[in-house]
Amino acid sequence: MSRLPTTFIFGVVVTLLFIFTAMLAPLVSPYSPLEQELYAGLEDPGTEHIMGRDRLGRDILSRIIHGARVSLTVGFVTVTVSVVVGTFIGAFAGYAGGKVDEVVMRVTDIFLAFPGILLAIAVMAILGPSLNNVIIALSIMGWTGFARLVRGQVLSLREREFVLAARSLGASDLRIVVFHILPNVVAPVTVEATFGVASAIIAEAGLSFLGLGVQPPTPSWGAMLAEGRQFLLIAPHMTTFPGLAIMVAVLGVNFLGDGLRDIIDPRE
Amino acid sequence: MENGQLLSVRNLKKHFPVKGGVFSRVTGHVRAVDGIDFDLGYGKTLGLVGESGCGKSTTGKLALRLLDLTEGSVSFKGTDIFSLSTGEMRSLRKRMQIVFQDPYASLNPRMTVGAIVTEPYHIHRVGAKKDRLQMAVDLLESVGLGSEAVSRYPHEFSGGQRQRIGIARAIALNPELVVCDEPVSALDVSIQAQVINLLTDLKDKRKMAYLFISHDLSVVEKICDDVAVMYLGKIVEIGEAGAVYSNPAHPYTEALLSATPTPDPLKKGNRIKLEGDVPSPMNPPSGCVFHTRCPLKITDCEKIVPALTERSPGHNSACIVR
Repeated sequence: MSRLPTTFIFGVVVTLLFIFTAMLAPLVSPYSPLEQELYAGLEDPGTEHIMGRDRLGRDILSRIIHGARVSLTVGFVTVTVSVVVGTFIGAFAGYAGGKVDEVVMRVTDIFLAFPGILLAIAVMAILGPSLNNVIIALSIMGWTGFARLVRGQVLSLREREFVLAARSLGASDLRIVVFHILPNVVAPVTVEATFGVASAIIAEAGLSFLGLGVQPPTPSWGAMLAEGRQFLLIAPHMTTFPGLAIMVAVLGVNFLGDGLRDIIDPRE
Repeated sequence: MENGQLLSVRNLKKHFPVKGGVFSRVTGHVRAVDGIDFDLGYGKTLGLVGESGCGKSTTGKLALRLLDLTEGSVSFKGTDIFSLSTGEMRSLRKRMQIVFQDPYASLNPRMTVGAIVTEPYHIHRVGAKKDRLQMAVDLLESVGLGSEAVSRYPHEFSGGQRQRIGIARAIALNPELVVCDEPVSALDVSIQAQVINLLTDLKDKRKMAYLFISHDLSVVEKICDDVAVMYLGKIVEIGEAGAVYSNPAHPYTEALLSATPTPDPLKKGNRIKLEGDVPSPMNPPSGCVFHTRCPLKITDCEKIVPALTERSPGHNSACIVR
């Protein structure tokens, strides 16, 4: 195989850094993310607090490091739920075909007809803001993409000769789906899941920015942006650093997905 | 219904609906197989020949109930297989197998060869779990592959080797009937001969019957006891291979045979050229389906549907002119 593209390596490094930072947050953050020192509110970045402090004098770097936990949790849990639900529904619709397929796909279309973030806002408004509800809201719109992807794959795979061969051996439908069809959809689903993590991170930031996501004082990148917005002119560091964190994390995960797609796509 | 035949096909029809327009209405039917009869005896080989799209493969799949039929019956050892329940059919599948044309598409790329070849044992719970891998190794050796193949993936093998894997899977459960759906068409000519020889050896050793589907008449001549010639979903000639090859009664058979290349460069064949294309199976011609291209056509051919009539014992042809 030729050399791995630099963007893919960048993606892997950023994603791993992101995961480890989130997991080891209490160990690597220099200060507590919650401890307030009101007299030092809006302090500029300096040698002690390299990203400065927010309105309540909390260390921004520490808050970003802890904020990664929220982003990581939302990103991965949402995608896991979406993949499981979407794969199950998509595989069922694609393999059953006919009327079942028709009904399931029209339901999926109804979900897809809503602008994603609008649906999430509506769900959050009903459920009330909290981390768990963010995950529920994002999963409600997340599964549709996977359902469509898996259904499409299953539709083409079930006509393949190796599936017919399994049927001629007397394999049950369950066996065919589990051993012959699903292993062949793992690759495209993995790629799609990576992009799903990235969009879930953005969606969480968006919801938290609007005050519908994770509630204070828990640090979240989106909520930090919202707090900093009021002080954009006098303390731009409050928005710059969380904004950069979102950008780098999403870019890294997307590059990882792109690279994975290139590696998996040209068959063997 | 037991008539001493392994496989009996009677008035078999398969019409695929064609959907189009608003709300996917059925706008017509493709008559892929349109009323055919044949018998296949125990341990015998019947060749099914014809051009692409004449319904050979559909017939093969119907013979194993891999498709649902529109009309007619398929009896395996006297049992109408389309009257069986799903469970009964599943256990009968042990006795009947298929080898596909494309050895690249017929093996799951994500399974090892060992998993592919042991799958029949898992499905039908044959042998103890720990013995199954050894059974697969023996099987692979019987088709000319080494034991190291079990842990490798299909893409590591050549076309001919992959076809051997497909054959190993098909014969794993000692079937009595194997449908060979163009098993060598996708292979190089040099490899074709090896695979044909393998199929012949296995048939003799394991007492299997083949329904051998091919468009290559020379391959069919080498391996088959009987041959049936199909055109547009119908059998136009059927009989013992020697009789059909030496004395073709149907003009279509004659044209097909004249198009087979011979290894003698000096021999000038009287190649019969057929005019035009195969008519659409959605709208087959009236009377004899071959009349649009037949060199012997008379006006009656457009009206009369020819029945198979006996030319010599066991050799039937459907033509009203001869």
